[in-house]
Amino acid sequence: MNGAADMGGMHGFGPVVPEANEPVFHADWEKKAFAVNLAIGVANIWTLDAFRFARESLPPAQYLNLSYYGLWVVTTENMLLDYGVATATELNAGHALAPAKKAQRAVTAADVANMVRCGSPYDRPAPAPARFKAGDKVRAKNMHPPTHTRLPRYARGHTGAIVRVVGCHVFPDSNAINGGEDPHWLYTVRFDGRELWGEDSDPAVKVCIEAWEPYLEPL
Amino acid sequence: MSHDHDHHHEHGSELSEMQLRTRALETILVEKGYIEPAALDELIETYEKKIGPRNGAQVVAKAWADPGFRQWLLEDGTAAIGSLGFGGRSGNHLVALENTPAVHNMVVCTLCSCYPWAVLGLPPLWYKSAPYRSRAVADPRGVLREFGVALPKSTEIQVWDSTAELRYLVVPMRPAGTEGWSEDKLADLVTRDSMIGTGLARRPEELP
Repeated sequence: MNGAADMGGMHGFGPVVPEANEPVFHADWEKKAFAVNLAIGVANIWTLDAFRFARESLPPAQYLNLSYYGLWVVTTENMLLDYGVATATELNAGHALAPAKKAQRAVTAADVANMVRCGSPYDRPAPAPARFKAGDKVRAKNMHPPTHTRLPRYARGHTGAIVRVVGCHVFPDSNAINGGEDPHWLYTVRFDGRELWGEDSDPAVKVCIEAWEPYLEPL
Repeated sequence: MSHDHDHHHEHGSELSEMQLRTRALETILVEKGYIEPAALDELIETYEKKIGPRNGAQVVAKAWADPGFRQWLLEDGTAAIGSLGFGGRSGNHLVALENTPAVHNMVVCTLCSCYPWAVLGLPPLWYKSAPYRSRAVADPRGVLREFGVALPKSTEIQVWDSTAELRYLVVPMRPAGTEGWSEDKLADLVTRDSMIGTGLARRPEELP
């Protein structure tokens, strides 16, 4: 979707301002927002891709006005509502007013430690041979799905070259809308900076993205 | 509802809106039996104390000191980094990018905040901010200047936008005057920003 999250190439946000000796978290509620979000992720109620889709689906003005962890809090609230885990009355009350719809085992410290240690690999067996190989010239499709995609707007319609065949990976465009993992070949594609940003841009810039096969067409 | 993140009202007993909303999420999910409070403590402890840029610095120092490891790291980042005990969450698919006098690599996630947690910990605020995400791909040289990094015009800047589940670790150039140093001592030269590509490794004279 063409939401506020897809920021590459936008103007007007000002300079990058690094913070000296930045702490990992800036407030105690940020720690909790981070941990609640990761822990409930382990409960497998929704996929990480679905969470990302929900986050970028916030109205642009709201997305841009929220702090980073504020964005996580609001999106988690929305997901709890969408998936029937909690009601708006409960969120307002700050307490559960009814038991969980179906019993489940609570996520424990051991579960999250295991999640941190193992992560979640996204490579899958390939259903078909890869269509492209390193060196192939490709064009990123001009596409504007209203649902989740990882093809950033700045790359759409532009010509690049495959630099690496990464493997066959879960396709977020499908996984985010509960359409299953639908694995596709994933490639690293390199674009010349001037192809993306015009003749007046820095001639010594290259930009690489990861692109799934359905994002690409041969040249 | 208002979500003004620039003003945290944390004085006295007044709780900020985000404090209240986060507490509500935690309370509801614990009361309904979805999560145990100890799981939250475990996650906070892990990312505050155990996993951070020192992991990545060890990887880089080993690559500088050990040509065989460097080769392995560049060919199969996940396996080489895994051999040092790092991987898992946001580190299942790792790619190392080596900086040279000809090419400088820099990593961004324009769509949000993808970052190699397994080797660098959680990302700094600037990495997740709109200024960095919007400009890193279009004006990387300008962004580098804001970090105090001025590269020769002839140095190509290669920007890596983390749009999938691959996570990138930049291997900065080894500073001169460090021949024969131990990996531990070399690791002290490797800053977080140098492994994102918005900084260079410290020179020996910059060590405290």
